[in-house]
Amino acid sequence: MNGDGDLRDAVSAGVLGSEADYRALLQSIVEVARSIFGAKASSLMLLDEEADELVFEAVAGEGSDTLIGQRFPSSTGIGGWVLVTRQPLVIEDLRQDPRFSRTTAERTGYVPEGMMCVPLLHEERALGVLYVLDRPQNAKFTLAEMDLLGLFGNQAAIALQLLQRARRVRALVEGEEGDDVSAVARLAETVDKLEDDRRAAGVQLIKAIDKILR
Amino acid sequence: MSEPERADRGPLPAWSLPLGDSERIRIQMQWPEQVTREWAYGGADGEGVRVCILDSGVEPGHPLVGEIAGAKVVSIGEEGETLVEDDTEGDVVGHGTACAGIIHMLAPKAELYSVRVLGSGATGSGPVLLAGLRWAIDQEYDVINMSLSTTKSQFAGVLHELADSAYFRRTVLVASAHNMPVESYPWRFSSVISVGSHEEDDSRAFFYNPDPPVEFFARGVNLDVAWRGGGQIRATGNSFATPHLAGICALVLSKHRELTPFQLKNVLYLTASNVAGDA
Repeated sequence: MNGDGDLRDAVSAGVLGSEADYRALLQSIVEVARSIFGAKASSLMLLDEEADELVFEAVAGEGSDTLIGQRFPSSTGIGGWVLVTRQPLVIEDLRQDPRFSRTTAERTGYVPEGMMCVPLLHEERALGVLYVLDRPQNAKFTLAEMDLLGLFGNQAAIALQLLQRARRVRALVEGEEGDDVSAVARLAETVDKLEDDRRAAGVQLIKAIDKILR
Repeated sequence: MSEPERADRGPLPAWSLPLGDSERIRIQMQWPEQVTREWAYGGADGEGVRVCILDSGVEPGHPLVGEIAGAKVVSIGEEGETLVEDDTEGDVVGHGTACAGIIHMLAPKAELYSVRVLGSGATGSGPVLLAGLRWAIDQEYDVINMSLSTTKSQFAGVLHELADSAYFRRTVLVASAHNMPVESYPWRFSSVISVGSHEEDDSRAFFYNPDPPVEFFARGVNLDVAWRGGGQIRATGNSFATPHLAGICALVLSKHRELTPFQLKNVLYLTASNVAGDA
């Protein structure tokens, strides 16, 4: 945890938005996705790379009170396929997949009939998956909707990347005493919380230290 | 019509054509004045063509798929070695079964081989994908259907080599294009046949795109496809357009065994719905 990026992130620690800010952004994205597609629900899952699991981070509509924090293995299911293949997928009449219905109902208490699913890609990484569940079935799905889904996926990926960065920075700030990265992070956070004269003095002091060290 | 088998010709120097040797590489195949769909695959059923589905597995005996000729699952061993074992799981998602159903709908006698590269988790899926593709190319399948891609640039070089190696070994790699503005592979490589979706409800309609990198559009919207559990669902995605073109490749190759990937791509161009005019 001593790369240039870590130090830069550490210095940013005090000025980055909080986890709550980014959660609100994710929530807004799933709310808008649900509304634009006229869907019953929309949700966003983050890939926890260490556990190799998908975790619900934001849910709008059906299941919003029970799903946050629930985990699924990334190895199976439509979400797992979309994540691994980087390909968006739209499926209707899902109830014809008995295995899907059973496992989903057991875990979430809600069995969708249809699902739009797009991978959340940031640069080279697949961060997670955005779902839009049960759009109205009276209209045929169109490529224009697929494009819209892709645009939403991009926006959600940016928000998810910011959330991950905020968490990583938080981990740096709360790191072990003596860790050089966490020391820098702590200093940045402390100075950022100062007010008025003390803040001005703190900034002056940092400038002086910077001048000596260069 | 038939061109001599490669083995009959004897080896030529790799990079040159010595004086007097041009006769040895004369192409015997008679191309018609106009390449039509009737010439390209009229009456063809895919017989004798081996098609690999690199995907989530295929459910054996699904009514819309029928029998498949083989099923393997790929994983990476503790020493980093590639493990390829008989696959008894069938399809862990349903997607590979959908692809198999589409290919058999178009080319009912094509031999289908499932090579499962999904099911071992998202982390580490890149190496499994590469290993599966390498293994599939080594099996010398005629067509490999690849409804998947990777965004990791670290794999791009190896994937490029594999795609070129398939191309030179007469294995046609048909790969799904992305409909999102990200760099992903292998569909962007010119040695593969890349496929996006059109919105028409004709499974035999396909279009050449004069504005690459996506080279062809095939049916990929609102399809009734096979799914696991013997079922059927309605689905949309470039990953369903891909097996449509793979199926058409199988039809053409079953009628014209001698075609190289370069020649096959020309036939697809000449018979595309926006080019041939006989669609």
